[in-house]
Amino acid sequence: MIDITQEIIGSSLRIATPLALAALGELVTEKSGVLNLGVEGIMYGSAFVGIATAAHTGSLTTGLIAALVTGAAAGLIFAFLTVTLGVNQHVAGLGLTLFMISFSNSANRIMFTSDGGQVRVDPWRPIDFGGPIFSQYWITYATFLFIVPLTWWLMRRSGLGLKIRAVGENPEAADVAGIDVTKTRYTAILIGSIYMAAGGAFITLAFVGSFTINIINGRGWVALALVIFGRWKIGRLLAGAALFSLINAGQLQLRLLPSFSNVPFEILLALPYLAVIIGLAVSGRNIPYPGAYLKPYKRH
Amino acid sequence: MNSQEGAGVVIHGTAPSIFLRNISKAFGETIALSDVSLDLRVGEVHALLGENGAGKTTLMKILYGLTQPDTGLIEAGGVALTINSPRDARAAGIGMVTQHFSLVKNMTVVENIALASANTFSLDLASVRKEINAASAKFGLEVSPDAVISSLPVALQQRVEILKALMSGCRYLILDEPTAVLGPQDIDSLLEVIKKLRSESGIGIVLISHKMAEIEQVADRVSVLRRGKVVSNSKVSGMSSQELIGLMMGNDEVAVAQRRPTQQLFGDPILALKGISVTTESGELNEVSFDVRSGEIVGVAGVSGNGQAELVRVLSGTLALDKGSVVIEGNTLGQTTPQSLMRAGVGMLGEDRHASAVHALQVMENLVLDCIDNFATKFQLKQKEILEHCESAITQFEIKTTPKQPLGTLSGGNMQKVLLARLFSRKPKVAIISQPTRGLDVMATRYVRSLIMQASTEGTAVLLVSEDLDEVLELADRVAVMYRGAIIGIVDGSTATRETLGQLMAGIKQ
Amino acid sequence: MKPRFALRSSMPWWRGPALIAAAAFVSFLLSAIVVRWAGGAPISAFHYMFISPLQTRFGITESILSATPLIFTGAAVAIAFRAGYWNIGAEGQLLAGTIGATWVGIHAEPLPSIVGVPLILLAGMLFGALWALVPALLRTRLGIDEVVTTLLLNPVALLIISGLLNGPWRNSETGFPDSDVIAKSTQLPIIWPGTRVHLGLALGVIIIVLCWWYVGKMAGGLKLRAVGMAPGAARIAGLPVERTLLVAALVSGGIAGLGGSSEVAGVAHQLTTGISSGFGYTGVIVATLAALSFIGSLCVALLFGLITVGSFSASRALEIPSTIGEFVQSVLLLTVIAALVIQKYRVVWTRGKK
Repeated sequence: MIDITQEIIGSSLRIATPLALAALGELVTEKSGVLNLGVEGIMYGSAFVGIATAAHTGSLTTGLIAALVTGAAAGLIFAFLTVTLGVNQHVAGLGLTLFMISFSNSANRIMFTSDGGQVRVDPWRPIDFGGPIFSQYWITYATFLFIVPLTWWLMRRSGLGLKIRAVGENPEAADVAGIDVTKTRYTAILIGSIYMAAGGAFITLAFVGSFTINIINGRGWVALALVIFGRWKIGRLLAGAALFSLINAGQLQLRLLPSFSNVPFEILLALPYLAVIIGLAVSGRNIPYPGAYLKPYKRH
Repeated sequence: MNSQEGAGVVIHGTAPSIFLRNISKAFGETIALSDVSLDLRVGEVHALLGENGAGKTTLMKILYGLTQPDTGLIEAGGVALTINSPRDARAAGIGMVTQHFSLVKNMTVVENIALASANTFSLDLASVRKEINAASAKFGLEVSPDAVISSLPVALQQRVEILKALMSGCRYLILDEPTAVLGPQDIDSLLEVIKKLRSESGIGIVLISHKMAEIEQVADRVSVLRRGKVVSNSKVSGMSSQELIGLMMGNDEVAVAQRRPTQQLFGDPILALKGISVTTESGELNEVSFDVRSGEIVGVAGVSGNGQAELVRVLSGTLALDKGSVVIEGNTLGQTTPQSLMRAGVGMLGEDRHASAVHALQVMENLVLDCIDNFATKFQLKQKEILEHCESAITQFEIKTTPKQPLGTLSGGNMQKVLLARLFSRKPKVAIISQPTRGLDVMATRYVRSLIMQASTEGTAVLLVSEDLDEVLELADRVAVMYRGAIIGIVDGSTATRETLGQLMAGIKQ
Repeated sequence: MKPRFALRSSMPWWRGPALIAAAAFVSFLLSAIVVRWAGGAPISAFHYMFISPLQTRFGITESILSATPLIFTGAAVAIAFRAGYWNIGAEGQLLAGTIGATWVGIHAEPLPSIVGVPLILLAGMLFGALWALVPALLRTRLGIDEVVTTLLLNPVALLIISGLLNGPWRNSETGFPDSDVIAKSTQLPIIWPGTRVHLGLALGVIIIVLCWWYVGKMAGGLKLRAVGMAPGAARIAGLPVERTLLVAALVSGGIAGLGGSSEVAGVAHQLTTGISSGFGYTGVIVATLAALSFIGSLCVALLFGLITVGSFSASRALEIPSTIGEFVQSVLLLTVIAALVIQKYRVVWTRGKK
């Protein structure tokens, strides 16, 4: 029993890694007043570019860097559309997602699967510090031991974080205080997209080691849900990610047992989405949306 | 605020005076400022007086870099200042507390004050906190640095704004209607702060206001703006309240010389307000009672911020009553809603015409927006009837437009005519009309006033809320003057004069 | 020097169309690069994509068949967006519609067609509207932003389908996770003999015409437009803003759900997890590219149907990826939304601070 518990906790940390990265990225973006529905696509595109580059160069690190650059480039396109031009954030985000997915699928076919093959790399291996819980990929360690505190520091303790929060709450006030609203939102979107890209790259370069169609499988949307579930707070966001990953890891383990083979686990997988919607309904009018959520800013 | 400057150190001694020279500014067709000049000195409280829309705020926004003038320049110490942003203004030693505070509501006081100086990485909130405490003590502006702004009462939020400006090292401080949002005690303490800043720290203060009492209490100098021009600039001592109100409300070319002949025979009371009381953040109504009869125009006059806005909101159904009731043709409406008022026959022309206009829809569509169902069968709109209705409105109301033009492309005057046409073509029993000619040119103003007069002749009971005294004097059969949320007096329109109204508006009862 | 965008005061008439044309050109250029990379000749790829399907009856009817679900989702998104209700959930509503349709379809054996067909359509519509109900109530009652709630219900609908197909609805013959074939009496009749074009197309066109008529010509449509353009002014004019939004949301969900019925009862005749290849998401592209006009949505949907079929034939002939069709569609969206905004602005170079 203890073995199974440790097994579940260990694998839920792996499941939580890309979710936490993408959700933190979405949080930084949304705190600046911008909703990035491109999260699913950015994860997808970077997962592909990461493994494609790694397969090509033979270096996982180069693959990771390429994935992060891809995320930044996608973020730049999104920022240009939503911040500079002020187009509908949801239409632009959705368009970016569809673009990244269709590009990756096309490129995947051109580069790897036209002769029926599949792109594979020898992925990063877990680093074992003893036991199933402490046998994790370096990106998992880096995410929870380094990226999470760094993000907390960025948002709560750095000048940039203060500026991001200010332009997300009240861009007029930030403008009066001499803050460049456009530049700050670009920065937040770029940081956020790079986080999302890291989450996507983790899946292909560490978790799976190969790329298949639909590899992200809605993880971006889960990340989006976690941000709202966490009410834009890092601690609550991580708690949500942990809960979802535990459920997910638990059902994967249970599924192996014959007596559970007929239970519809899809209901459990739908939980994070439903939890967000129920949570929103319960908080009613008290949802702490960033003040300038979805609103482009133009000085008069 | 740079860290070298330390805890909001204010440079004592003689900072140069600031001269605004021949400033002009137009927004589209509306002229906000024409050829305005103003001198500001340190150690002096300079009051800017004027009606809403007279250009006070625009002038100060130019000085603070929030808007750029079309022509004119700002200089200090013989050097022209380039002020393209608030940051430039602060560098030139100018601070401003805007009417709507520039605070990020769910951040703390420290975070808000740190915003202006934040670098990318270092954010030393501890030292900012120390500076705040030092500055608080120095200027007598106590705040708790770690309070979240939204949890603070308005008076304290304002104090944070003032502190923020002072800590940026400003030598001039612009306060845009600072007392409009405050209760009496808070007003008194703010005025004390202003006096102290002037005498002890030698700061030059611009006080935008239209409250005579406070101007007399703290200001050294007063400039009166009217329709974008400075009409008077003098020492406060030696000017009476009535004189100032007279200058502010002005006697100008727009007024039609003769009033309409007072109708002797008004009908029954259509609209009756019975003991209405409400309290909001911005103001209150205190036992307001009066009635408006069929065919009568009752004007509501008063210095802005004495309850007129709340009265209009009650009569548009967007403000819940604490006490009292609205009675229309003998039927008592409990809590009013926009729909219940509309059904009872109340029509409304709000003070912000853009809030009532669907800019992207055609003129003809906007004209029927409040009675669409009358212009439609079950299956389609009666396009022909809507067009005919619009064409007749265009002729009748002399609107310069074609029916299919989007409403947003019309000039202010024509847009106002469309909204008036919509209001009056429903033949409302009661029309609530608020600031109908604000921002309009002379011809449009004259025309809009004649429309209101005509509607009342046809039997509509009109309640006209206006800050333009000439308008009220010209149109109203009776004038109700509001002061501090109550009706201080109701005078007959034919005998009312600028002086009697001015006294009432200043709170002096005969 | 720093670029800034300033609103144009006036615009020559050709500027809009010219920018759209430029956007289309950029899209083709980017697609050409991908085609080239795949080792195909761009010109012949585009020929396979846009011309050759139109040269055969099979190509034409298959394009129409591919366009059919997009007609529904395009109309669904357009009517919601026109009301200012940002429904990103057409995908989930369409999937909910397929659940309702399948439920009727696999239980309706004894019914005659005259009952079965209306029933299966109605079921899809109802389920779609029901799926749209919760976000709509949250928006109109509690003011909760609908973008995220409608979006997050999409994966939930797919998970429910997968749960049903792995559980109670598992195929009784093969044991595979796809449903039994629905009753003959609930399958939509073919309206173009000898092809696969079914009643769903006619319904889609009828929906488009009804939406166009309602929004452009009827009293309710004028209210809907006013609410979408300026909710504040609409409220001042006494219009029931919340009710209008609620109705628009439910109608939108109902249309998307009907699209789900049309797919199940018209083409697949059973439920599979792949029943929708992102029709709801593509519907957002369709409606946006059509500038939210209904007739425009019909045209864009037909164009997208052509691209889908064309990209498959190009893929077969030139051995380029068939996903190139989706690539063209998404690039078109990104460039056109940029062009639509850019046409309103001009670039001003201002001297920035160091």
